[in-house]
Amino acid sequence: MNTIPGRRIIMVVFLIFLLLPIYWLVNMSFKTNTEIVTTMTLWPHQPTLENYKRIFTDESWYSGYINSLTYVLINTAISISVALPAAYAFSRYRFLGDKHLFFWLLSNRMAPAAVFALPFFNLYSAINLFDTPWAVALAHCIFNVPLAVWILEGFVSGVPREIDETAFLDGYSFPRFFVKILVPLIASGIGVAAFFCFMFSWVELLLARTLTSVNAKPISAIMTRTVSASGMDWGLLAAAGVLTIIPGALVIWFVRNYIARGFALGRV
Amino acid sequence: MDKTINQKAWFLVLPVFLVVAFSAILPLMTVVNYSMQDTFGNNQFFWNGVGWFKELLDPSTDLGGRFLASLGRNLLFSAIILAIEVPLGIVVALSMPRQGWTVAACLVILALPLLIPWNVVGTIWQIFGRPDIGLLGYTLNSLGIDYNYVSNEFDAWATVIVMDVWHWTSLVALLCYAGLKSIPDAYYQAAQIDGASRWAVFKAIQLPKMNRVLLIAVLLRFMDSFMIYTEPFVVTGGGPGNSTTFVSIELVKIALGQFDLGKAAALSLVYNLIILIVCWIFYTVMTNAGTERPEKQGAAS
Amino acid sequence: MARIDLVDLAHSYGGNDAPVESFALKPVTMTWRQGGAYALLGPSGCGKTTLLNLISGIVTPSRGKILFDGADITPLSTQKRNIAQVFQFPVIYDTMTVGENLAFPLKNRGVPRAEIDTRVRQIADLLDLTPNLGRKATRLTADAKQKISLGRGLVRSDVAAVLFDEPLTVIDPELKWQLRSKLKALHRELDLTMIYVTHDQTEALTFADTVVVMHDGRVVQSGTPAELFDKPEHTFVGYFIGSPGMNIVPAKVSGHEARIDGHVIGLHRNYGVLPAGANIEIGVRPEFVNVAAPASGLLSATIERIDDLGRVRFARVRIGDAKFAARVPPGFSVPDNDVGLVFDPAHVHVYADSRLVEGVA
Repeated sequence: MNTIPGRRIIMVVFLIFLLLPIYWLVNMSFKTNTEIVTTMTLWPHQPTLENYKRIFTDESWYSGYINSLTYVLINTAISISVALPAAYAFSRYRFLGDKHLFFWLLSNRMAPAAVFALPFFNLYSAINLFDTPWAVALAHCIFNVPLAVWILEGFVSGVPREIDETAFLDGYSFPRFFVKILVPLIASGIGVAAFFCFMFSWVELLLARTLTSVNAKPISAIMTRTVSASGMDWGLLAAAGVLTIIPGALVIWFVRNYIARGFALGRV
Repeated sequence: MDKTINQKAWFLVLPVFLVVAFSAILPLMTVVNYSMQDTFGNNQFFWNGVGWFKELLDPSTDLGGRFLASLGRNLLFSAIILAIEVPLGIVVALSMPRQGWTVAACLVILALPLLIPWNVVGTIWQIFGRPDIGLLGYTLNSLGIDYNYVSNEFDAWATVIVMDVWHWTSLVALLCYAGLKSIPDAYYQAAQIDGASRWAVFKAIQLPKMNRVLLIAVLLRFMDSFMIYTEPFVVTGGGPGNSTTFVSIELVKIALGQFDLGKAAALSLVYNLIILIVCWIFYTVMTNAGTERPEKQGAAS
Repeated sequence: MARIDLVDLAHSYGGNDAPVESFALKPVTMTWRQGGAYALLGPSGCGKTTLLNLISGIVTPSRGKILFDGADITPLSTQKRNIAQVFQFPVIYDTMTVGENLAFPLKNRGVPRAEIDTRVRQIADLLDLTPNLGRKATRLTADAKQKISLGRGLVRSDVAAVLFDEPLTVIDPELKWQLRSKLKALHRELDLTMIYVTHDQTEALTFADTVVVMHDGRVVQSGTPAELFDKPEHTFVGYFIGSPGMNIVPAKVSGHEARIDGHVIGLHRNYGVLPAGANIEIGVRPEFVNVAAPASGLLSATIERIDDLGRVRFARVRIGDAKFAARVPPGFSVPDNDVGLVFDPAHVHVYADSRLVEGVA
């Protein structure tokens, strides 16, 4: 009653639609450049691991991944730890300007990155954080902190006030209550929020490229320089692309149940 | 839940405020500053008042012309992708399996495009669409369709649109799925007892209950598509010519390409303002939709 | 209106091959009279909702048959069974007005417009919903919404039975009573078979002519409230019905006598020899045991506390390790420690392995 006729076909067709370009990329990553440019084959006729080997051994390549992962993890950590107390405040209290503050946060989430490109460039150069993962991590906070607050506020609201009150009656200090009681109760919410922070920070590129040049260059910037003397190094580019998909795929595989549960609570 | 009034809550909110303010207010102040000045270079500025803004909104000037043209492209783009992604997302959400391992498998594959860095999304489609090395380009051309997204405007638009649909429909689908999951079984059972047809169940139960998530999906997709930058930039670079140059691409060109700070700043502010208005609508509708909800049900499953 | 027969009906959520002991509903055969008002009473998890869902068709039974007026409807879908079900929380169509909600089942069946209007107005009048017919259904209070849910079931004139699954759960206490009376009035007026699932004995005993008590997936006893009170056929029924519930204590029984703690209590009937190895208990309601001053001829017990319920006082006592409740006669001043217990033999029942033993007169 709650599904539609032909749903299996629709689902299969749609999933194929999603997987086809990715499959093509994976396919290309295992081919040599010669094979790519000269023939059109559905699977590598002369499979090679050369592209991947190059990425894993060439520091200028794998450093890109490390840089990207670094700022993503820093950003997720900052966003979540800063958002947790704020989420609690928004959920439990009314205070002067709370609605406006919430709206202002939300508006930042929706701000176009392009608007911040130049100002951030100037700002982080001025405070000497340019070309470090910190610059990107902090810049991404504009989007991720409001998102984390939004998601976490929903989960904190799902915890009855009585639990807070009981804890305070039992003599818990506020920090101890927060860490020992509240956080475990909203664990799946923290998981969902961390997942979205990771996701948005990992995929964002305009700011990541603007705020870095050499040392903290993310993989996205590195991928643009695969042109060599013999033309575009497609196999290498494809392999680099595949490797950027893997962390995301792994993350979602491991949190798939939390996501389902988090979605079911209706607070995305 | 009743909230108590407590001004000390500001302490809890302070870290968030500081972090976001640092990231948002300071740069914005510089932007506002720049937007009202002109420069001959060498860090010498002189006051230009609302000069840039006037130019921005005047289609006969270079700045105004570029801005309004790219704005038009953005609006057209957003309209098209919304018209495709929203119904498609609903259909996909309704097609999700009900239980078992297939649910998790579908969720994972659906989420995959959402987790790919946006430049890789662009790269994937850049390759996929090429007639020499891409499956799509090659197949279309071998079927006799003349497809080239580099030189043909229509093909470029089609590619960018299909890429966006590929990239983001899953978000709409997942949101709708979340909305559907929250409907207790009793509603479907009651509808069965009432003899409702499949279409009546959709209209009377599913669509109303998905209202909120659909609204979130539409507004999120509108705003994100309005701000789109990386994916079209990687695939078409804004071309052929400037047929796929959207506002953010235009803005980055002016700001970081030409270092035309004044113009860029003015453009940024107007751009941001448009987004802010939509965001305000989003916020108002959402908070009102929340309060309009009837009293909580006892045993929602 | 239909007579409902359950023939060896049973259900397991764990598959048909699971052992019978693990079934959510153990095999049951019984008849529900046409036009009867039944309550399915029992604690959470006793299988009452399963039984209800089997009757309505939401769940397909692992085994057995269900007959409506003699016809086997087990393979039929919910739609075709023509029953109405009211759920724990109000199920209404948000986008429709009250009137449209009530008309919905008839519209789906292709009933002509004029007939729909008459019928809707009839039912709305019955349920006191007439002033709200034009309003959006979501705006009403919870009890009004439950009435709409009920109304959608009643609006079909050929409905076979109305099933209620703890419908008063989300209703405010003051309104529960009103709604309950309304349901009883409706039953009398419409002569429909109504089956009402609840875990609240007050609801069950006030609504139903016949109460079906369930425990652990089994129908333990089915009878009028008076029968359940006076002659519980299972210790669970004795314990569950009545407040406080029946006292159940282990005893040795033979002939006309029962021995508790070495003390003899006379019995109304002759119980001959009881099956060896069975767990023998006697059950007696606190209303039929009086507290008295300790005396050598009386079973002695230690006072733990007195519950003063206004019109009657109950003493909570201990006999050895067993807890017991007894009535304190009006005006009696209770000694501090020990009391004697006076039993009314006519109301003392004997249970072997929790089942009532019928003695010989």
